Amino acid sequence: MNALRRHRDLARIWDSPPGWRGALASVNHSQLGIRLILTAFIFFLIGGILAMLIRAQLATPGSAFAGPDVYNQLFTMHGSIMMFLFAIPMFEGFAIYMLPKMLGSRDFAFPRITAYGWWCYLFGGSLLIIAMLAGLAPDSGWFMYTPLSSKPYSPGINSDFWLLGITFVEISAIVTAVDIVVSILKVRAPGMSLDKMPLFAWYMLVTAGMMLIGFPPLILGSVLLELERAFGWPFFDAARGGDSLLWQHLFWLFGHPEVYIIFLPAAGVISTILPVMARTKILGYGWIVGAILALGFLSFGLWVHHMFTVGIPHMALAFFSAASTLVAIPTAVQIFAWIGTLWSGRPQLRMPMLYLIGFFVTFVMGGLTGVMVAVVPFDWQAHDSAFVTAHLHYVLVGGFVFPMFAAAYYWLAHFTGRQRQYRLGTLAFWLIFVGFNMTFFLMHLVGLLGQPRRIDTYPEGIGWTFYNLLSSVGSFVLAFGIALFVIDISLQFFHAPRSRRNPWRAGTLEWGMSLPPPSYNIGSIPHVESRDPLEDDPRLAHRLAAGKGYLSEPRRGWRETMAVDIVTGRADHILVVPGNTMLPIVTALVTGAFFVLMLLKFYWLTPLPLAGMAWLGWRWAAALGRKEDVGPLPIRGEETALTHAEVEDPPGWWGSAFLLAADATFFGALLFGYAYLWTIAPNWPPPRLMEASLLTLGLGLLGAGVASAARHRPAAQREGLGLAGTAAMLIALTLSAFFAPPPTEHAYNAALGVMFGYAGFHVFVALLAQLFVLRRRRAGYHSAARRAEPRIAQLWTDYAAGVTAIVLTASHVPALMA
Amino acid sequence: MLAGSTAILLLVCGLIAFAFLKRRPASPAKRVWIVGAGLVFPITVLTALLAYGLVIGERLLPRQSSDLVRVSAESSQWRWVFGYDGGGRRTYDALHIPAGRPVDVVLTTADVIHAFWVPRLGGKMDAVPGRQNVLRIEADRPGIYAGVCAEYCGIGHARHGFRVVAHDAAGWQAFSAGDRP
Repeated sequence: MNALRRHRDLARIWDSPPGWRGALASVNHSQLGIRLILTAFIFFLIGGILAMLIRAQLATPGSAFAGPDVYNQLFTMHGSIMMFLFAIPMFEGFAIYMLPKMLGSRDFAFPRITAYGWWCYLFGGSLLIIAMLAGLAPDSGWFMYTPLSSKPYSPGINSDFWLLGITFVEISAIVTAVDIVVSILKVRAPGMSLDKMPLFAWYMLVTAGMMLIGFPPLILGSVLLELERAFGWPFFDAARGGDSLLWQHLFWLFGHPEVYIIFLPAAGVISTILPVMARTKILGYGWIVGAILALGFLSFGLWVHHMFTVGIPHMALAFFSAASTLVAIPTAVQIFAWIGTLWSGRPQLRMPMLYLIGFFVTFVMGGLTGVMVAVVPFDWQAHDSAFVTAHLHYVLVGGFVFPMFAAAYYWLAHFTGRQRQYRLGTLAFWLIFVGFNMTFFLMHLVGLLGQPRRIDTYPEGIGWTFYNLLSSVGSFVLAFGIALFVIDISLQFFHAPRSRRNPWRAGTLEWGMSLPPPSYNIGSIPHVESRDPLEDDPRLAHRLAAGKGYLSEPRRGWRETMAVDIVTGRADHILVVPGNTMLPIVTALVTGAFFVLMLLKFYWLTPLPLAGMAWLGWRWAAALGRKEDVGPLPIRGEETALTHAEVEDPPGWWGSAFLLAADATFFGALLFGYAYLWTIAPNWPPPRLMEASLLTLGLGLLGAGVASAARHRPAAQREGLGLAGTAAMLIALTLSAFFAPPPTEHAYNAALGVMFGYAGFHVFVALLAQLFVLRRRRAGYHSAARRAEPRIAQLWTDYAAGVTAIVLTASHVPALMA
Repeated sequence: MLAGSTAILLLVCGLIAFAFLKRRPASPAKRVWIVGAGLVFPITVLTALLAYGLVIGERLLPRQSSDLVRVSAESSQWRWVFGYDGGGRRTYDALHIPAGRPVDVVLTTADVIHAFWVPRLGGKMDAVPGRQNVLRIEADRPGIYAGVCAEYCGIGHARHGFRVVAHDAAGWQAFSAGDRP
């Protein structure tokens, strides 16, 4: 088979059909990555316009440009858009586009999930924009502190838009994170052991892992606050045993890791571009990997530094202060590894490099002010002042936006297939750099002069006017720079000569394909021998197109890519990924229907979309699988491998495991909230405890034990025992909920209600999974070789059993002891 | 802290600029960059800074003192009510304190979270529903100091300010005796 024939065959299998139907059904990672990047960039521009309006209002004292009601919507939306709708989706889109190409694969592990994630993001983000256009945008700050965001002080629909819209977007973030983690761990080119992975993949692996742990607390917080707003369950109402500080803990448990979640992908970009621009290799690969892991770990231990002024004892603050300064160390390791890399090579001051220098200057300043605010007595002064506004923009613009602009210029040829021509970009850089520093450096000073954050106006004659005016002028310089950047990039798409392959002479695999890449990326999959495969073999791209790698013969219309052993990178099995389908968009629409019904307060209609989602989930799983064994198939020369349907732990199993890990973090945060309220909140103990029953507790525990232990039995027995055990759990939970006091009375009751609901939901999911397995076995989808489905169902059953046992114990035992 | 930060910033910028020079000394070994600059350097600086911050922080805490004055501050949307002598006397949007004596402000809120901040008299502290927080402030000399609400509290946040009037000994005596509001 020659290269052209191979291209035609692969393109027929992988391309999306033309027209709008093809666009709606596409699950191709390149297309979806570009859509995410473009959508996120549009949100960036919207957020930027809001920032301009903020600066216009603050330019002069006593300005009447926007009243406080509008101004509060402006800064709430600016923060929310930049954090949730720009930064996260932007790097997700970049990772979705780039990772498979860097890792030498043809797609992500779960293409339909990639598409579902994009649709959820688009719909959720649009909800917020619609709210803004209707003048009903959230106005309680992007941090949504209770009780300001609670019903009595924010009676309108504004806060509901935030809680529901952001949660919708977070669903997308969670499923995309699972997609990224499993794809990095399992779907790589054979031979690419963990220590040969491009650094960017390491960064994204840790980032996505952090998302799985960091986002659930925020989702939990949003669910609890929405329950309080919609049904009066008092989680954050001090008078009824709630605590507004619980919200702050849950929010910052997410919110601080979020900063590193945003920074790490950008640092990954730097670690990729910098050595290429300095014509050398990265200094200290192993040290950098260690630093990334340390950052990921430490970032979860310092959320309290956002709460230094809420009245926590000083010695406890000292602990979090130490943890906060500690993160400077892995950051320093990276910074000096990068500077050392520059020194060991021959860096040139070309385009992406300018932005990297912009990054260094800006980010180091942000880091230094970060160390300052980590010192408790300094923070007592600077907290909630314009100083912090300056600090966070130095960190986030320096640590994310500048590297992303560098990435845009570095990888532009990949998207356009053209070489950069115009010099407009350099001017844009200087406008952005100067404008940025002018805007934000002055905020340090005026913050130390006492200007608080989030004020819509300030009096004349107290020394703030001059700084604010200059700051506003700077922001408009910055805006001009960004406009020029947009023009420059757009010009490259239409008016530049074609680029040759690998224009930077980089070593990573994403340059080993024609530009722009075809839908299937590579004609065959390489065997990777080192960290820089293209440097070992500059003609690799031609050899891959000529079919000298794995899976060079398209067969059966399957979308095939290689799955590997996680650590060694040994070829493990053939992953056949699903093709284009309408399931993702339909599921996202039904998910959206649930959120819209919640928003419009048609609570009694919400069971409809929930049932729809259960049915779609069934369809989603039922679309896969085969009724016959195919056995080992050739992958390269004499080598053969099984398909994923016939191995023990296919990506689907790993996907479930990581999704459950995120789910377990959600549950952990819920238990934390329950224990926190019980021990710290005012107005405890509750007026009455639930009616505990040893019998109910025993029934639930027995059911959990039976459902989980059934795994060792043959199929038919396993199914019977599993269903019986699950039914017992359901009965025990229903009885417990029935005899619990009404949730609106006290936070204790409300917490019990959520715990029973959470366990009940998972028992229901386990029930569905078991019924699914039963149907599939009878229909002939399972064999001794095709055994993954029961194993995945068992995973969900075990999780439901564990959760039920913990919930029943945590609810009945304290009441029994009282 | 400012001088140290400036020095570190200049050091990093200098190191980067140096990398672009055509003629420069050979790069130091990897160990120097990563262990020396990346580990030893920040650990030393940060340990010193942390210890210093801890000592200062302890000194700013509300501690017993013979000439201590205790006042209360109840914030609400959008007003400050200050109480003296266990709540017997009240003033609105202006807090009266003696100059040169430590003052403990007991902070509560009637509705959402607010924060008490007089930049020239001390740090800031939040007023959280269901709790009482205590903030120590002290004015070195008599005068009028501007205070702001430092936690976003809704529509009236920007205008949720107050004044602190620090009296000399005689003035404080007069205020305490009820002569002046």
